[in-house]
Amino acid sequence: MKTLALLVATLVAAVAVGFISKKRQGRFVEKKNFHPLVTADEVGQELGSVATLLQFSSAFCTQCRATRQVLENVVPSFPGITHIEIDAESHLELVRRLHINQTPTTIFLNSEGQEIGRAVGAPKKSQVVAVLEKI
Amino acid sequence: MSQPEFIDARGPRFSAGITTAVLVFALFTRLDVLIFWQLAVFTVAAFYSMPMSPYGIFYRKVIVPRLKGPAPLESSKPPRFAQLVGFGFVLVATIGALTHTWALFTVATAACIFAAFLNSAFDYCLGCKVYLLGVKLTTPKR
Repeated sequence: MKTLALLVATLVAAVAVGFISKKRQGRFVEKKNFHPLVTADEVGQELGSVATLLQFSSAFCTQCRATRQVLENVVPSFPGITHIEIDAESHLELVRRLHINQTPTTIFLNSEGQEIGRAVGAPKKSQVVAVLEKI
Repeated sequence: MSQPEFIDARGPRFSAGITTAVLVFALFTRLDVLIFWQLAVFTVAAFYSMPMSPYGIFYRKVIVPRLKGPAPLESSKPPRFAQLVGFGFVLVATIGALTHTWALFTVATAACIFAAFLNSAFDYCLGCKVYLLGVKLTTPKR
């Protein structure tokens, strides 16, 4: 009886975590980050003149690829916005400074390289468009 | 560990479904053989190769031929890290079973069911989420 109760509690907890994470997945969270600015040198590419979507990925994680496809699809229709994808494991210093805990995480940088917000997990196209239209 | 390989990204989710079922049976029946079996599966998956684990073989031989579309590939590194976490939990559960410390066995098994069920039902890979955290913690700062 106790075992059954524990199993039910475990499964209920898992379902709750599952739904919450699905809901939060890819949502843009506004966040001012005043850590040292991200520079073109660090990411190995010029930043966008208006904004940069800096995507942290790990080697071929499925969601990272989904994120890349969405961002590559959306970004060309916004002039001055650049999408840069970098490997989290080989940029650990940046990962630590920006407090990135999982991949994919997309950091939205302004023209100076300051974080204005982030999306953890694979965002939907509409979510990205909504943010970029406001920039 | 052997070289990182590229695996069918749907495979780990399928394996997690079987793992959940096996562990639920183990939780209720307390049959040693079930927990030994799961420990063996995690050992192969974490330390040798995921596609060569029993569930991986079953997935390739029986499930893949029935699936449509090309396999989405992913690096096996994050899911293998997850298998390693699973291995840790099941190892604790095995020790609990061998010493008849049933509270230990039950808690460890339930924790593993939590992660495996999340993976199979929601495609939420707990191990993959904490993988980068693990890398951060184990790589010294420069």
